[in-house]
Amino acid sequence: MNNGFKPSIVGFFCNWCTYLAADLAGTSRMKYAPNVRVVRTMCSGRVDPQLVLWAFRNGADGVLVGGCHPGDCHYQEGNYKAMRRTNLLRKMLPQFGIEPERVRLEWISASEGERLRDVMNEFTEQIRRLGPLRSAATKKEEAAA
Amino acid sequence: MRGNGNNGVRVGVYVCHCGTNIAGKVDMNVVVESASKLPGVVIAREYKYMCSDPGQDLIGQDAKEFGLNRVVVASCSPHLHELTFRKATANAGQNPYLFHMVNIREHVAWVTDDPAMATIKAQALIKAAVQRAFWHQKLERRRFPVNPNVLIVGGGIAGIQAALTLADAEKQVYLVEREPSIGGHMAQFDKTFPTLDCAACILTPKMTAVKQHPNIHLMTYSEVSAVSGFVGNFKVKVKRYPRYVDEEKCVGCGECIEACVYKEGKYPNAFDLGLAKRKPIYQSFPQAVPQVPVIDAEACIEFKSHKCPKGCVEVCGDRNAINFNQQIQEIELEVGTVIMATGFKTFDPHRLPQYGYGKFPNVYTSLEIERLLNASGPTQGQVTLKGGRKPESIGVLHCIGSRDENTNKYCSRVCCMYSLKLAHLLKEKTGARVYNCYIDMRTPGKGFEEFYKRVLQEGITCIRGKVSEVSGWPQSPAERGKLILLVEDTLVGELRRIPVDMVVLSAGLEPQEDSEAVRRLFNLGCSAEGWFLERHPKLAPVDTFTDGIYLAGCCQGPKDIPDTVAQAGAAAAQALSLICRGYVEMEPNTAWIDEELCSGCQVCVGMCPYTAIHFDAEKKQAALNEALCKGCGTCVAACPSGAAQQNLFRDEQLFAEVEGVLA
Repeated sequence: MNNGFKPSIVGFFCNWCTYLAADLAGTSRMKYAPNVRVVRTMCSGRVDPQLVLWAFRNGADGVLVGGCHPGDCHYQEGNYKAMRRTNLLRKMLPQFGIEPERVRLEWISASEGERLRDVMNEFTEQIRRLGPLRSAATKKEEAAA
Repeated sequence: MRGNGNNGVRVGVYVCHCGTNIAGKVDMNVVVESASKLPGVVIAREYKYMCSDPGQDLIGQDAKEFGLNRVVVASCSPHLHELTFRKATANAGQNPYLFHMVNIREHVAWVTDDPAMATIKAQALIKAAVQRAFWHQKLERRRFPVNPNVLIVGGGIAGIQAALTLADAEKQVYLVEREPSIGGHMAQFDKTFPTLDCAACILTPKMTAVKQHPNIHLMTYSEVSAVSGFVGNFKVKVKRYPRYVDEEKCVGCGECIEACVYKEGKYPNAFDLGLAKRKPIYQSFPQAVPQVPVIDAEACIEFKSHKCPKGCVEVCGDRNAINFNQQIQEIELEVGTVIMATGFKTFDPHRLPQYGYGKFPNVYTSLEIERLLNASGPTQGQVTLKGGRKPESIGVLHCIGSRDENTNKYCSRVCCMYSLKLAHLLKEKTGARVYNCYIDMRTPGKGFEEFYKRVLQEGITCIRGKVSEVSGWPQSPAERGKLILLVEDTLVGELRRIPVDMVVLSAGLEPQEDSEAVRRLFNLGCSAEGWFLERHPKLAPVDTFTDGIYLAGCCQGPKDIPDTVAQAGAAAAQALSLICRGYVEMEPNTAWIDEELCSGCQVCVGMCPYTAIHFDAEKKQAALNEALCKGCGTCVAACPSGAAQQNLFRDEQLFAEVEGVLA
């Protein structure tokens, strides 16, 4: 059913770890799925849940938040805040008719280019299997038909 | 775009070919064509190398001709050239923060297989940047003074070299070393490759110079316990452990050691890797700096029973340097820059039981052999077997804990050369037949290959093959009482059993045991192996991602003494460059509170890791101290009313960017 579906994914990557891991994957010429569009923030702690919802509202099928490993945050503990916010957001998402699996939080350090590539590919595949994000109304219509 | 007209916004978009790096994958015509049609864009261009002078000049020319007030450059990572193009934007007469950068090289061209997909991705990212640029504002960088004092962590050759360079430039240096003496690993070596000059002869003068230099504040037996602040303005706490001998009063005569109730050494001396014994009061090695003994409180009878006759106190007499009541002291320092020179530890061969370390008494590590060869070492430079006999044959095994899937995958860089050096010295001292078993002989350095040739000519036998086991099971009378190296000679293509009297394991280099805790203390990144991460492997090899903190020596990765000294000089130069300028400019990406919107809920106050936000009880609102804010933006994410905002990452900017990437 999802053959040929090309998911749109927004990645919020922190400036110091995950964004640099993506740079490293680039300089190492690692190839990965082209679906994730990266928005840079200074810290994963800046990723307001509203930004994630805004991405879904504007057509994203998935959102990937990337931060430093626990204990490694450039700003001491922004990644812990990101973790708490993401967990809470994931609990709320079903109320909007959005599967919680569409939001993923990953710790990827600046030296983990390979891991970045793998996460990009895995998450894209995961969203591809979930299919396009459909609004509650669309789902109702589909169910009626 | 959320009801926003062009509002006089005039964007110039520049797409960089980067030679064929980007243009080879991304269709430039398509990208430029689509960019030129975006709202607000008055000119979209492609250029071969945007970072070149003519590339940057394009921005200036267009700014004049088309009245640009926003600039978007799509090229490489902002970590590489954001500053370049901000300057170019400033040179074009615009505020540098009206610029935004798009990464279509590392994040698109280099990681995407399909050119069509790469082109689409590049278009989306450029669209996002243009939409985001609408919301950019003029910003000013903040200036802070730089404290000219420098903290150097680690007193090995790297720390010593950096300290002397900075102190000679009239800067105040705090050199913190956790051992009782500076000198580090180099002080333990006998000779240095490839010149074979004696390590102590070249190091000791530098150690003494450190002690005597009026600008160096040496703190041995001390550790950094806390770090706060930011580039130019760090606050550091140093814990000074009690050595129970007053450094101010001690003259370094060593009579107290003689007078100790213990007539012989009883406790393993860490400096000699336990090969020699020391007394409860001791000096690690004769050339130690400072020349002040240490009392090991766990060994000293006075600490255990208070019943010692205290010969040390008696002989010290009027000098009164022994003080059993010393306590841990915590000292606070203010410095502007920090140089990390915390070094390495050697691989522990217990982890590879097939080599029999700890099982066969005549299997040594390379560092132990350095001590045995050293004239001031535990055997006064005599290399003998455990029974006292001279070894007739010795095997030197390269790559123990290096280039090994089971331990460390990386090459430790120095082992081939020091193994050849040890082979030379062992042959010279004992006349033994020496076999060096190696995987590849790596001698890249000035005079290194020549040294290898020389050692070969001296009659060292080099066998290309990694030893699989050191065996104690003889299979012939000739092997009886020997250690047998099992090795495949890959040049001859046969398995060999080589009986030897002594085995030297050339242990690789590893990050220090506590490197993880240290890097967290200083907020540094590390490579997968645990070495401290440099800002750029080629162009910023001594900088870190924390401004004002620099790396020198093996804490950044294995390297030999010449490279370490060179790097220490580079780190000192980087620190000096900042000190001489006298100020730092901070990114204006700080947060601020919109007083119109703030309801005084105080959620942000607890969020800030730098206590930059406090509650103003009079106004009943949050107030932000810009000087303390480091621009993480976590308060912005937490604020329920949108009153907290962050420059360069305002809600409008990020919302517009998200819209753009999805369009």
